[in-house]
Amino acid sequence: MEPRPSDYRHLVRMAGLFVVGITMFLVLRSIFVPRNYGQFGPYNPGALQQNMDRPVKFAGQALCVVCHSEQADVRAQGRHVKVACESCHGALASHAQADDPAKSKPQKPDPRKTCVICHTASISKPKTFPQVDPAEHAPEGPCTACHVQPHSPKIS
Amino acid sequence: MTGVEGFIYPNEIELQWSLLIVLYPFITGLVAGAFILASLERVFNVQAVKPTYRLALLTALAFLLVAPLPLQLHLGHPERSLEMYLTPHTTSAMAMFGFVYLWYLMVVLVLEIWLDYRKEIVLKWRASQGWLRVVYGAMALWSDNIGDSALKLDDRIGKTLTVIGIPSAFLLHGYVGFIFGSIKANPWWSTPLMPIVFLFSAITSGIACILLLYFVTCWYRKVTVDMRCVDTVSKYLFYAFVVDFTLEMVDLIQRIYVSDESFRALDFMVKTRLFTSQIVVQILVGTVLPIVMLGVTQLVRMKEAARRAIYVMAGTLTLIGIFAMRWNVVIGGQLFSKSFLGYTSYKMEFATREGLLPSILLMILPFGILWVLIRLLPPWGHDEQPQTKQA
Amino acid sequence: MNQDRRTFLGQTGTFLILSASAALAWEHVLAGTPESAPNYNTKDHWWGMAIDIEKCIGCGTCVRACKTENDVLLEEGNFRTWVERYVVDTADLEHPRVESPNGGYAGFHEREVTGANLKMFFVPKLCNHCERSPCVQVCPVGATFESPDGVVLVDKSYCLGCRYCVQACPYGCRFIDRRTETVDKCSLCYHRITKGLTTACCETCPTGARALADLKDPKDPIHAFLRDHKVQVLKPQMATGSKMYYNGLDGSVR
Repeated sequence: MEPRPSDYRHLVRMAGLFVVGITMFLVLRSIFVPRNYGQFGPYNPGALQQNMDRPVKFAGQALCVVCHSEQADVRAQGRHVKVACESCHGALASHAQADDPAKSKPQKPDPRKTCVICHTASISKPKTFPQVDPAEHAPEGPCTACHVQPHSPKIS
Repeated sequence: MTGVEGFIYPNEIELQWSLLIVLYPFITGLVAGAFILASLERVFNVQAVKPTYRLALLTALAFLLVAPLPLQLHLGHPERSLEMYLTPHTTSAMAMFGFVYLWYLMVVLVLEIWLDYRKEIVLKWRASQGWLRVVYGAMALWSDNIGDSALKLDDRIGKTLTVIGIPSAFLLHGYVGFIFGSIKANPWWSTPLMPIVFLFSAITSGIACILLLYFVTCWYRKVTVDMRCVDTVSKYLFYAFVVDFTLEMVDLIQRIYVSDESFRALDFMVKTRLFTSQIVVQILVGTVLPIVMLGVTQLVRMKEAARRAIYVMAGTLTLIGIFAMRWNVVIGGQLFSKSFLGYTSYKMEFATREGLLPSILLMILPFGILWVLIRLLPPWGHDEQPQTKQA
Repeated sequence: MNQDRRTFLGQTGTFLILSASAALAWEHVLAGTPESAPNYNTKDHWWGMAIDIEKCIGCGTCVRACKTENDVLLEEGNFRTWVERYVVDTADLEHPRVESPNGGYAGFHEREVTGANLKMFFVPKLCNHCERSPCVQVCPVGATFESPDGVVLVDKSYCLGCRYCVQACPYGCRFIDRRTETVDKCSLCYHRITKGLTTACCETCPTGARALADLKDPKDPIHAFLRDHKVQVLKPQMATGSKMYYNGLDGSVR
């Protein structure tokens, strides 16, 4: 016996359910997908801005040198010429960008804590790199007792 | 660092995928396997397994409904999981799998169960009262046409669905295998054999699960076990397992022979951290033993009672073995460092979001759902009469 | 009401509701004003980094600077960049002794090491910002992506925390930030390089072992670096298109 139209009724209703489902999916998509998703690739383009908008903590030595050009000139004479200011002085964007940087002056680094980070002798460091054993090399005083000017640390 | 041996990259200290992610391929495997067993009757006309047909479909549905839950528990932001459907990244196997899952659930399983059961649904709709009547009415979509021509139409469509369903079931679990097998960064996972191995172990576990459920339901209903049925199901279990074991051994032998840069690290891991779960539980107790047991029943004439006992034991060991395989793949793949110079360990907790307790509850839940489904849609039709159980 | 009229009304009603919802959905899909383009033009840049193993002294300043700049937790397992120390027995290149105590955060201070005929060096590692990144490939929702200027970034408002990308990265550079329950990794200090600054690690490296490179800039020192040195990337067999170019990378490096 050939199927009559009424035999398809339940199938039509099931198909209707599927259409409703797909429509709901499209509505959800329009609500929840971020604007312009896919503009540059399969991602939310707002994420680029999101990643750009993080706060900067290290000022970058170009900014330090604007005010501290004297120290930069001294540094240029010695072997620390390539060492950035914030390698030893820490993150200083807040100081550089403050309305009155003099009010938020950072503390001077403690030589026995700062210098030793790089210059403690280690068997794995390249042999050409200047390194000493802090327990034997002038163990009492700060490094700056002899290396008076840390920006250009050669003992003259 | 506790539990670390040798050198690992600093970020590798914590395992990324936990017990929950072991559960997921296990559950979807049961689904795919149960469906393949059901399709044996529908498409390949293996009449002997007919008593398990509807049970297999309902079991597949119960497990498929639970399958996303371990994933949701594991996600850092489960509330964002809809993103996988709204903006799927088409190069990601995980994203595309969401659609394979949805296709399988809605088009294959739900439609097929609905079409197969429609007559009983409408009859129950007419016969019941109160909220049950509402439930059955909704299930029937308020259409009560169960005339011969309508049912014949249903049968034709159902058969087509089953035919589509077989490659869909292959896709469902093959895809899970691909999710692991496509990760070139991880040599334990990265092999083209991974989807095939996962698929055949899924078929094996699904058949074993239905076999055991059939025994349990017969015992509960105090009905005689149809020996022709369980003999045939066990035969298919045996063959599926032999293929699965062969594939896994091919992978292992290839690895040992080729012995590439990762081999030494992996070999050490298998012999130490993974020894119990892989060599003992998965291979010996969970694979070799049940294969031998089932092989014996194929070769030697045995009394019914003896065969039933072996089927139950072999089925249980099979499930343990396949679970161990999932464990060894997922957890094992994260125990060694990608530097191949060290190992970390898996610290499983109990009552946390990804701990043992939720996993146990998630494994019990499908049986709860199955119980509800069996009450609503009994798999045992009018053609079967309950008999007193014989010795 | 007889059956036919009821059916007709039901079908018409259903049709109207469905059409209205479809129209509404379509309008939402089509609407949306385009974002204004950012000042920085991504098309002018293609970012990478030049790392010189021969200059690295394992001081760990880069690790500390990165943690400060990017607000990374000081706990274990949370490293956007780290330094590894290799001790290689020249008789056994395939099995180096490697360590990275707290990622090299406090530097390395061993005075002694057991063994003879050893070579030792430091390898700083970070996200390789791969051109054919396996982590981008596997992300199910596009929460990690390669920007038009070659930086692999994470969209923390979109990430599900599924950890698939962590599994897919061959270099181990991704981790989960437990505060946001999303993935985190080196962003090449995108917030700095788009403002003309260099990355925090390159800024503070005292020996110049690390240098940000803009491969699209003809005046960038990277071109001379690549020309004058024997350079390698990590795990070249993975063909990820890594843009972290190492000078002096030994064959024993994993």
